[in-house]
Amino acid sequence: MQVKLTVNGEQRSDDIEPRLLLAHYLREVCGLRAANIGCDTTSCGACTVMLNGESVKSCTVLTAQAAGQDVVTAEGLATDGELHPVQQAFRKEHGLQCGFCTPGMVMAAVSLLKEIPNPTEDQVREGLEGNLCRCTGYHNIVRAVLAAAAQSAGSQAEVTA
Amino acid sequence: MSILGTRVLRTEDPRFLTTGGVYTEDLTDDRLAGACHVFFVRSPVAHARIGRIDASAALAAPGVLAVYTAADLADLPSIEPIMAGLLNAKMTRRPLAAGKVRFVGEPVAVVVTEDSYQGEDAVELVDVDYDPLPPVVDLDNALSDEVILFEDAGTNTVVEFGNASGLKPDLFDGCDVVVKRTFANQRVAPAPMESRAAAAVWDADGRLTSWIPNQGAQSSRDDLAKMLGLEASQVRVITPDVGGAFGAKFGADPEHVVVAWVARQLGRPARWTETRFENLISMTHGRGQRHAITIGGSRDGDVQAYRLEIVQDGGAYPRIGAVLPYLTIMMATGPYSIPNAEAIGTSVATTTTPVGAYRGAGRPEATAALERAFDLFAAEIGKDPAEVRRRNLLPPFTEPHQTAFGALYDTGDYAAALDKALEAAGYDDLRADQAIRRQSGDVVQLGIGVACYVEITGGGDESGPPQENATVEVHPDRTATILTGTSPHGQGHSTAWAMIASEELGIPVENFTVKWGDTDLIPVGGGTGGSRSLQQGGAAVQQASRELIDVARERAAAALEASAGDLRFDVSRSAFAVAGDPDASVALADLAKDERLFVHSIFTAPGATFPFGTHVAVAEVDTDTGKAMLRRVITVDDAGVVLNPLLAEGQRHGGIAQGAAQALLEEVVYDADGNPLTASFADYPIVSATELPSFELASMETPTSYNPLGVKGIGEAGTIGSTPAVQNAIIDAVAHLGVRHIEMPTTPMRIWRSIAAARSQPTQSQPTQSQPTQSQPAEPESA
Amino acid sequence: MIPAAFEYVAADSAADAVDLLARHGEDAKLLAGGHSLLPMMKLRLAAPTVLIDIARARDLSGISVDGGELVIGATTRHADLATSELVKTEAPLLAHAASLVGDPQIRHRGTIGGSLAHADPAADLPMALVALGGSVELTGPAGSRRVAADDFFIGFFETALADGELLFAVRVPRRPGVPWGYQKFVRRANDWAIVGAAAIDGRIALANMASVPMRARTAEAALATGASPAEAAELAADGTSPSEDIHADREFRQHLARVLVRRALEHLS
Repeated sequence: MQVKLTVNGEQRSDDIEPRLLLAHYLREVCGLRAANIGCDTTSCGACTVMLNGESVKSCTVLTAQAAGQDVVTAEGLATDGELHPVQQAFRKEHGLQCGFCTPGMVMAAVSLLKEIPNPTEDQVREGLEGNLCRCTGYHNIVRAVLAAAAQSAGSQAEVTA
Repeated sequence: MSILGTRVLRTEDPRFLTTGGVYTEDLTDDRLAGACHVFFVRSPVAHARIGRIDASAALAAPGVLAVYTAADLADLPSIEPIMAGLLNAKMTRRPLAAGKVRFVGEPVAVVVTEDSYQGEDAVELVDVDYDPLPPVVDLDNALSDEVILFEDAGTNTVVEFGNASGLKPDLFDGCDVVVKRTFANQRVAPAPMESRAAAAVWDADGRLTSWIPNQGAQSSRDDLAKMLGLEASQVRVITPDVGGAFGAKFGADPEHVVVAWVARQLGRPARWTETRFENLISMTHGRGQRHAITIGGSRDGDVQAYRLEIVQDGGAYPRIGAVLPYLTIMMATGPYSIPNAEAIGTSVATTTTPVGAYRGAGRPEATAALERAFDLFAAEIGKDPAEVRRRNLLPPFTEPHQTAFGALYDTGDYAAALDKALEAAGYDDLRADQAIRRQSGDVVQLGIGVACYVEITGGGDESGPPQENATVEVHPDRTATILTGTSPHGQGHSTAWAMIASEELGIPVENFTVKWGDTDLIPVGGGTGGSRSLQQGGAAVQQASRELIDVARERAAAALEASAGDLRFDVSRSAFAVAGDPDASVALADLAKDERLFVHSIFTAPGATFPFGTHVAVAEVDTDTGKAMLRRVITVDDAGVVLNPLLAEGQRHGGIAQGAAQALLEEVVYDADGNPLTASFADYPIVSATELPSFELASMETPTSYNPLGVKGIGEAGTIGSTPAVQNAIIDAVAHLGVRHIEMPTTPMRIWRSIAAARSQPTQSQPTQSQPTQSQPAEPESA
Repeated sequence: MIPAAFEYVAADSAADAVDLLARHGEDAKLLAGGHSLLPMMKLRLAAPTVLIDIARARDLSGISVDGGELVIGATTRHADLATSELVKTEAPLLAHAASLVGDPQIRHRGTIGGSLAHADPAADLPMALVALGGSVELTGPAGSRRVAADDFFIGFFETALADGELLFAVRVPRRPGVPWGYQKFVRRANDWAIVGAAAIDGRIALANMASVPMRARTAEAALATGASPAEAAELAADGTSPSEDIHADREFRQHLARVLVRRALEHLS
């Protein structure tokens, strides 16, 4: 079947199998391989992308369901080569080690901060409950999200963790 | 200003944050164009004879290129257990199960398709007859040899490290108090976020190139070569980005071999990525020991004797897991001075997933057993668990200290670590809070757990002493390249090695390219595991850099027409200058113009190093529901000099999280028939951000003399201290109700049952421990 | 971990979806957010050969007021329920339940219609609907009908939906300012409830204590005759037949039911 959707600002039209998962469409058809597949049960969030500005797990969305809609992946976050504030914060706070969960984690964080611009630590942890990381123990990921929030708020508040 | 010891941000990150890492599944290498896709048919039963395999329906399915079984791979050698002289060599394995399956998930057949979406459809169509045999899941059942997994072996015992006949019956004579307990250090799943994968292609000369996410390309190459019946020179292994490993991605698994074989058989590249289900049932599991401890001492708190008896669940096909009791035994008495101690271990085969290494690999088990024993002893004599520990710690030492178990600890100050952790935790205040809650009978009680540990990192192995190699090269354009034998998968070696070399050469960190994981480029290397990389690999980078300066000095002398002895190397300018004449200088990079400027060096360490520390955990337990909540984890993890605090903290955080997860949440569960019940992330409760607090890390650096950097290994330390600290904290929260022990993971049901059982006991005659020793012991709680 | 092959069609209205269901018969399933169905299909526990996507059917969306009831379109997402000022005011128990389903990504996709039709006895929204005494509007070839929550969940993952019917909307009584309690016992935040309890207005519902979300009727009766929350909660496990799994056996679940009902009754929001 034919699907048309917008991916990272680019309009696309592709011929696909109905069962093609959005995650595989992005990776194999669009060549955007930052989002990874880490589980079978919609648990790990490594595949998280934005669909119409909201975080979704692309392994549990059919490409067909995204027809006519707007997908943004981690590759589409940076503007003009400048890292998105959340990406910058992840770097500064050492919020990634092996990097496998990172694109999904970053997208989930971006979505979280859209909905809760100034979260508490608890809200960050709950907001990331859909994203698993095995390397960092989440400590620096939480710091990164809080730092990104503080930076966007223009605040000089020191992040303590 | 030295760059060492500073928080240099990772040079790796920009790529990972934008386009993402390139993991094996992401590879778009030209050599893999037109690759076919490999899928495994796996046994749904734990123990059975394999009957007829009917692949006709699968072969007729769309896109199916081939279906192979063990018969097709008959020419491949059998896979022997590692250390086949030590482990029962008769417990061999075929890459695809032949005749028998021995665990749910064992690969029985392989289906190859054109397209990745066709594979699962085809796998469902392969029909295998199984003639079930009795499962062997329970350890005692396995030890009884009533049902034998390997007929040729005649027993399920894989290896014994000492045995009961060597135990001294009088070991505990003279102890006022003796406590015995048996408990589990339960099986867990390493569960890196990237599951296993492989890609393989053969060239016209019959040489294999295989991409495998691993912990060292060299050992993967060696394993693949052996399992394919090839010379190592006929195999090239390339390590792409690796999405975590934690000890479970060493060497090569049967699946990696089959993928390579398929590529050769079909004459086209082959690729494979396992699902999470496959990962949770056929990637090696971790831990899986049963511990029987006996601890004895005086009523004042001197521990005089300790015995540890281990049964290691090896799983169906013995791998490194079966050897780990050797390390558990070596570290059995940890940081303590215990006059009489014994430890023995037996590894046994069961019809479950093979057990391998998992962050700490044998050492967390030793600490968990010992720290649980200390709390049981402290509870029995009614004394504060921190004080009992302090009383028994080895005094500080800077010269190597040999233990009764043959470990040569390099440097240690265990009491200082304990003091620092207790102070950072505010231990006395915590005990006061706890007392208040106990007085008022709050539903939510507070528990404090302490664990002191020492661990062994960077030892040699059966191939030789601990060593690693590095090549450092300076280029005329003022960049530099490092080739390392380590194999990072998140640890940040690109940044760390660049820092070390930058410090010596005066070339900025950003100008370095660090390479690893291609056996054609770096044929020798020990990979990354056992927390060896910095103390061996980093030391090798430093050594090679220093030797490079020596080589460059000779060239500089010629260039400046001076004698080498009159030259000074100015790191801040990355240039040699004649002493007293700064204008007579030549840049290091310029000395590479006419002839390549590089040094390959091998650093050999005198032995393993012994990081140590103390973890304090604070937990709350809802005594009505049994739910435990981890509130704080305070740690001292002393791994010598810290090269990059940012990276070191990250390693500690990750370790603490995995260690806490074992105490609190995670367990691989099999039913009595050997069916795995935790085969997805919905059922296997891998720890998420909501169960953990932010961690409080205190600094302590007791250098080692074993390498010029003064560093020990930090990668696994966090896992070792946190498991017992968290378990002890949770038990401590309900100790005043009479609870002495709760098995890991401390599920709500277990906690609730322990409380109910303790409450229904008659009043304890011994005082319950609830306050530091300065106060009167509390009145026993009435049931 | 990918579904078996199927045909995909999109419906632009409820009537259109009913037609498509009739045409394709029992091999067809409705797809809204897909976060109950697709996970099952990916594990090959379900393999419909036709998926009818109703996510864009305009008459299945929206939240409105109809007299004393809120009317919630079947394709309303959990995230929208959780943040809707209208729902937070008129049926805060429902908004709260929706805010606890899964994780943020799941809440951006999962729908109330999908969750209720899936009828997982451990899930939040089925229990919430039973507690609220809401109802569902079903529409099919024979027309439309309403089924009360108490009658909708008839078995393990089984509802009163007849072949060819779709869940059109959900209705809950408006209860602004009425105290409510909600307790969800989990080991990790985004797990399904090991046991759940919700209470409002003398009604008490339990999750994962039977093959369906059920009412704790004995406890309700005790409350109605003046028992205290603690006394009523002692009866919370009456008539329950909880399953046993690695998290909890029968005895522990029944104990949790008593504790959670007490807390739901004592800690009313």
